[in-house]
Formats: sequence, C-alpha cells, structure tokens
Amino acid sequence: MSDLADLTITEAGKRLRSGDITSVDLLDAVTRRASVTESHLHAFLTLDGEGARASAERADADLAKGTDHGPLHGIPVALKDNMCTIGVETTASSKILKGWKPPYDGTAVARLKAAGAVITGKTNLDEFAMGSSTENSAFGETRNPWSTDHVPGGSSGGSAAAAAVGSAFGSFGSDTGGSVRQPAALCGVVGMKPTYGLVSRYGLIAFASSLDQIGPFSRSVEDSVALLGATAGWDRYDATSIKGPVPNFGGSLTTGVQGLKIGIVKELMGEGIDPQVLAATIAVADKLTDAGAHVVEISMPSTEYALSAYYLIAPAECSANLARFDGVRFGHRSTVEGTTEDMMAHSRAEGFGPEVVRRILLGTYALSAGYYDAFYGQAQKVRTLVRNDFTSAYAQVDVLISPTSPTTAFRIGERAVDPIAMYYSDVCTIPSNLSGDPAISVPIGLDDEGLPIGFQIMAPALGEEVMYQVAAAVERLVEFDQRPALATSEVAPV
Amino acid sequence: MTAWEAVIGLETHVELSTKSKMFCSCPTDFGDEPNTACCPVCLALPGALPVPNEEAIAGIVKIGLALECDINESSLFYRKNYFYPDLPKNYQISQYTFPVCEHGTLDVDVNGEPTVVGITRVHMEEDTGKSSHIGDGGGRIHDARHTLLDFNRAGVPLVEVVTEPDIRSAEQARAYAAELQRIVLSLGVSDARLEAGSMRFDANVSVRPVGETKLGTRTETKNVNSLRSLQRAISFEIDRQIQVLEDGGSIVQETRHWNEDTGATTSMRVKEESEDYRYFQDPDLLPLEVTAAWQDEIRSTITALPAERRVAIIEQGVDRETAVILVDSDELSGLFAAALGDGVPARTVALWLTGDVVAYLRRNEVELSSTGLTSEHLAVLGRMVDSGDLSSSAAKEVLIAVLDGDGGPGEIADDRDLLQVSDTGAIEEAVDAVLADNADALERIRSGDMKPFGFLVGQVMRHMGGKADPSVVRSVLEEKTTDSR
Repeated sequence: MSDLADLTITEAGKRLRSGDITSVDLLDAVTRRASVTESHLHAFLTLDGEGARASAERADADLAKGTDHGPLHGIPVALKDNMCTIGVETTASSKILKGWKPPYDGTAVARLKAAGAVITGKTNLDEFAMGSSTENSAFGETRNPWSTDHVPGGSSGGSAAAAAVGSAFGSFGSDTGGSVRQPAALCGVVGMKPTYGLVSRYGLIAFASSLDQIGPFSRSVEDSVALLGATAGWDRYDATSIKGPVPNFGGSLTTGVQGLKIGIVKELMGEGIDPQVLAATIAVADKLTDAGAHVVEISMPSTEYALSAYYLIAPAECSANLARFDGVRFGHRSTVEGTTEDMMAHSRAEGFGPEVVRRILLGTYALSAGYYDAFYGQAQKVRTLVRNDFTSAYAQVDVLISPTSPTTAFRIGERAVDPIAMYYSDVCTIPSNLSGDPAISVPIGLDDEGLPIGFQIMAPALGEEVMYQVAAAVERLVEFDQRPALATSEVAPV
Repeated sequence: MTAWEAVIGLETHVELSTKSKMFCSCPTDFGDEPNTACCPVCLALPGALPVPNEEAIAGIVKIGLALECDINESSLFYRKNYFYPDLPKNYQISQYTFPVCEHGTLDVDVNGEPTVVGITRVHMEEDTGKSSHIGDGGGRIHDARHTLLDFNRAGVPLVEVVTEPDIRSAEQARAYAAELQRIVLSLGVSDARLEAGSMRFDANVSVRPVGETKLGTRTETKNVNSLRSLQRAISFEIDRQIQVLEDGGSIVQETRHWNEDTGATTSMRVKEESEDYRYFQDPDLLPLEVTAAWQDEIRSTITALPAERRVAIIEQGVDRETAVILVDSDELSGLFAAALGDGVPARTVALWLTGDVVAYLRRNEVELSSTGLTSEHLAVLGRMVDSGDLSSSAAKEVLIAVLDGDGGPGEIADDRDLLQVSDTGAIEEAVDAVLADNADALERIRSGDMKPFGFLVGQVMRHMGGKADPSVVRSVLEEKTTDSR
C-alpha cells in the first residue's frame, strides 16, 4: 500500500514528525480517496474542505515551529453528524435540523481541535442515531464499503464506512445501543464505546442521555487508544462526566493475554447468532486460550431481557430529548397557517422521519400515567439486573467476549420493513450500554460473502486498559489485514 | 344555615438572586433587552447539557433550614414534560420524589392568634422564558396570531415552597405569605419582589361545612401580584365557592385567574383530565448530594430570622406590632439596635422610630438616610427622657428638629429651653412660696380634702415657668402637705 490514505494514525504520525510528509498531504490523500468512494458509499453529509485545509496548514505550521499537540496532530478525522461543530452544518441526519449551524463546538470536538486533529467533515447516520443500518437518514443511506448492496450498520454507518475505506484516518460515532461497535463490525474496523461518563456528551445531540457515549473508529487498536485519549476526561459542562484522572488506556497493548481470565457470554453464543459468526468467535476464543488466557463460559441470564428494556428506556429518554425540536428557536419551521401550537406540531410532523416518530410515541407511552410502572419502571429494574449480571461476571473474569453483531452486514432494505428484526441487530451490544461499561469491536475475518465479522470485548467500568490489552492481542492473533476493494484512490467514480 | 370552613394551601415560587442561572453560567441580572442573557444551555440548543448551580442549591437549603425542613442528603432532578413555546426544552427540570427539603413548618400570627402552617416540600426547579401572545385571544396562546419570546428569564433558579392545606382564612394566607417573604429577604437569597414576579403565589382554595373532614373540590388561583391581592383573591374565591354550593351547585376543579381591576377570579381553563407531565428522573443530572457537613456550613451563614429578631425586641418591653414594623425594616431595626444601651428606654425609642420617624418620612417624602438621624441621637434623647430632663412631648419636638437637621438633641433642647428642672431645692422653694400664697388650699388638704392638690401642682409648674418635672413637683408637694400634719 503506497497510498497515504491507507496509513494508520500511528504510521502517519511518524512520517509527519520525520518531515517526510505534511498534514496537507494527508488531507489531500483522504480527499482524493473520498472523491472516488463517496459516489459509491455516501459516508459524508458535509465535507468541510476549506476548514480542513486551514486546520492542516495550521498543524503543519505548528509542527514546523516545534509545537506538537500529540498523536492526532495533523491527522484528518471525520465526525458523526450529531456532534456539534461551530459554524459547520450539523443535522443528525434529520430534516428538522437541515441547515442548522451550531454556534458552539461540543467538548469532544473542541478537544480534538486542541489535539491538532483536522476535521474533514460530518458523516451520515440514522436520523438522531436511531437505527442499525444508516438507512434511516433523511439524506439517503450509506452503503457498506465491502459490498454496496449491503448496509454499513448503524447508526454511525457513515463514520464506520469512512474509516474502513480510508476517506478518514479515524472517525467518531456515538454508541447508545451499539451504534459504534455494530457498524465497526459490519465494516471491518475497530470501534469502541468508552465507560459511560469518560467522554463528555456536551455537544452530542442527545438520543438517550443515560446510554449515549461518543466513541472512535479506527483501522488499528493502537489508533483507537489515540483517538479515545484525545477526547476522554472530566468536563465541567457534562454533569455525568467522571471526575478523576484518565486511565492509561494503552498501557498494556503489548502485554498479551497470558494468565488473563476471559468469560465467553453463554447467552450471546446460541440462538439468533449466525453460524459463521459463531464459528469465527469460537476460533478466536481458542486462539486466546492457546495464547495463555483462561477462557470460561459465563452465564448472564438477564441478557435475554436487555433488548426489551433498552427499547423502553431509550425511547422514553428520547421522547423528552427530542421535545426541543419544535420550530421555535432553530431548525425546520412549518409554514402551515395556524396558531403557535399548530406551528410547533406541524414542524415536528414535517421534520421527523418515521423511525424517530415511532420511538417518540413509544417513549411517550412508556412514561404515561398508568403505564409508567409496567413499562419504564420495569425496564429500569431489568437494567439493574443486567448491571448485577456484569458485576458478578467481573468478580470471576477480567473481560467478557462475544460476537459484536449476530450477523454480518445485511442487504439494504432487508430489515427496513421489520423494526423488530432491525432492533435485534443490537442484541450483543446493548448490555454494555445498560451497564455503562466499556466495550470494543475488533475485526476478525470475513464470511463466505466477503463481509467482515466483528469480535466484542467487554470490560468493567474504567477497564479500558485491559479491554485494549485483549483487543490488541486479538488483533495480533487474527492478523486481519484485508481491505475493501473500494479502498483505493484509483477507481473511476460511477 | 350551614357554617363553612375554608381550606387553603399555597404554592409559592421564589426566583433566587444567584449570580448565574440554574444550569448554565448566564447572568440572572439581565436588563430589558430581550434574549441577551442566553446560551446554548438555556436556549436548549441541540447537544447542550445542564450543570447544577451550587449557589442555588445553597439558597434552597437556606430556605429549607429556615422553614425547619428535613434536608435530603440525596435528592433527585426530574423532567416535567409539557410543550410550551417559552419552555426551551419543552420539559422543565424540576423535582418530584426526593425534593431537596421536606416536612417543615412556618409559624404565623394573625391578631395575636398563632397558627402553624405545615410545609410539605421545598423543591428546586428552573424558570421559563416570557411569552407575549399577540392576536385575538386576549393574550392567550390558543388564539395567538404570533408569539414574542424572551428567554432571558429561562433557566433562572426557582424554588417552590408548597404548604399543607393548613390555612383557614385569607388573613392567615396573607400572614403566611408576608412571613415567607420576610424570611426569604432576611436570608438574602431573593429580592422577593411580588410586583416584579420574583415571588409568585398560587392559592389552592376549597370550602367545606364546618365539622366535615373530607376536603372539598379545590380551585387554583393564579396571577396575584401583591399580598393585598392574595388576600382579596382568596376572600373572593371562598365567598364564590360558598355561594355556588349554597345555590346547590358544585365546584369545578380548575385554574382561575385573579383580575385586580374587577376584584374577581375567572375560570382560566378546566383541568378536564389531570395533566400528565410524564415525570421521570433526568438522566443528564446525577443525584444532588447535600452532605451533613455542607448543611452545617450553610446553616452557619444564616443570621437571626425575623421571628427570632422580633422575640428579642419584644423581650426589651416593646409590643409585638411595633416589633413587627421594626424587623420589617433593616434601617429602622438597625438604628434601634444600635441606640440601645444603659438608660435608654427601648420601648420609647421603638415607638419614636415606628411612629414619629415613619410619619415624618412619609409626610416629607424623604429617605431615612438623608435625614442625618443617628442611633447616637436616639440614645441621647432616650436618656434625657429617662432621666427626666425632657418631657415626652418635648422629646418629640426635639426628635422632629433632629430629623429636620437642626442639630443634636442636647443642643436643640438647650436652644429651645425645653429642659426640665428636677433639682428638688428649686422646686422646694417654689412649693413653699405657692403654699404660703394658698393657705386655704393647704388647710383643705390637711383636713383630708385632696381636691386642691392638682391646683397646687399647676401653681408650682407655673411658678417654675413650666420647666419642672411634674413627678418631682408632685412628690415634693405631697411631702410638704403631709409633713406638718
């Protein structure tokens, strides 16, 4: 691979510092790549060419002066379009926010800028991060770089596809029920969800506040550490962010798994999991055993109810979080004649897509008087049980493993008509959102159709270091080095 | 005919005068220019998050402690969901179960009759923006053609104090409201201006036959902007409900609007079904911790409350009504406290301040601070009266002169020749002279007819040019008329 766009962040950083290449060169490489791939994939909603060039030039000037902002200095990265970027359109893939330019940067965005990262653009997602395929975008779906007939997963499908295909060196998504890990699995890249509260949610357009976390996509575990490191840490603008020092996430990348106790989650290794995914997962577990880990089966009985609980809690929170989109202060305002109340109602009806409406209605119902106890209250109890399952599991093992997604990428349109089948895509990832613990998806191979398979590693709260330790070991054990055929800058655009 | 009893509960909203808003750093002392004190958080822009203001938490804890509430060491924020254009998030961050303060009391006094009003809860929330509905709907949203919005007030910390239905009359309600306002002012946590809306009352009123224990259907009256209108509105509502019931009708549970001009409440909207606010714990905010140590720290900053200060003044021999007036004015009570000392008659000084001084200020439309009256002046004047150097009427004359800026009390009394003679030697001489001239009167007194005694006192006073201390004159005269018996 001679194209700069295919370097990892670590490799690119080395060459930047050696003076061999510039940040502008890196930006040119991903821009060239995007110019070829975007017509196939539609990973981006906005490409901020001008802003990115200015940042890259600044990064080069800083480095020339000897000012080095760290591992992301001069590295082009892409952001999911639900992360507020000052002056750059931020839509959450919704018609209701079309044209909206935030007057502020979210904390993660501001930290990335301070770390010298070059923000190239905003990536496509399921509207308001609600979905598992990036088909629920008001601005058209994103396609899977490995097979454009297939979905990239979601909701952060645009960021996953961009990282996979090299139209960014790394990218960020948000993970509420698996929205980083599942598309990472389906696109063959590394995707991780941090411990709840490790990365500030300030400036992330909220879907479900108690579950949302911003997390990175990358083409290596080491790059994931660098991307997380630039964004993690306490933020005074997020009351749920964790105080105290940031752990040394990358401290054990080369340690290996000798002597580690690893639990394979029984309930995520059976019914509903595609046989090829299952076989690949078991093969990696065996390799971990061969590498000296003690792999044992762990039962987490509440996992069975996690999906149902999630689809009450997340909609309930979203029904309030999305109430602010009323056409009054920003976003789409209906031109239908009528009263102020009519204006608010019509703006919402015209602005929201069907999946968003479905979840708002579901959540409103779950919180209503007379139904609260049976639905929202019950779901909160299940959430406690799921947490308890994790607590007792981590009393026995250091990390847990499972498939990331029950299947590889599905065909565009295949699940769009069946919400429940779509919801089932998140069955393996949702438990970690309910517990608030970190989890990562690492690519471990391709299925018969040449579609990537993801492997999930879950760790206790603030256990990012051991999570990355195992992820790095898996990366070395499987040596997954395939790239999608689209990952080239030389295909003529269609 | 049925005798009726009113049952009243009050909900009071108090805007805290913190430096910044409840969940962001925007200032609360904004001017008139609309939408100038706003940020992504209080405008509820996408992605913005609330962070609680510690100063506001300390403020509500102060109010809770002053109302003898239990302070929850861990309390929860909830989202109260309803759509309204001046509510930026279309939910209000408020509290539901586990408010900051619960189970308090407030003692009120109406014409010397004490009542204890139970405080159900004191909780923390945020204020809304302000709407102006333009159109045919008489300022109501349903018929508005357009609505103007000002979000300066959105997110200002708001404390809600909810009473038990312990209040039985409009007078009691007013006394409760007045006392709560005094407490809030004394704590320094709010400017508590009713006319400006920084303190607002909603009155829940129902009536029932005396002896009945079940509560009647209640109405909630809003838009009362003064203590007087609170009392008037409740009085009106009690009378209206009794009239409806006596006419065989029934009370509709509804929100009613007090109209100051007509002196009546009118129906605002019927609560056909009780509104469903779909309360749930706000996932953006962690449980609010108010540790015992923090409570102690906050408690230590609370100076004496109005009730305590009144008791202290009453213990000086001042009557209750005068004590209330004194404590309600920081200026007057400050002068009073500073004037007290050996030989200074507390009651007299208190009456001067709340009577003569207040009347003077009102008459001349001046501020106390511009008169130059000092606590030292009051102390000197008090001592002059106490020692008998000045008669009480002369003292009032001197006090007015001091307020006019004519000088200090001693100087004025001297200049105007108002000092009394209490020197017994001089008085004895005068008594002897008067007795010598009025042998008849002396004879009558000695024979047991006390009628001329007053006449003799008058004669002595005249002899002394009116400057003798009458009590000394009386005692010398008494002595001289009995001595030689």
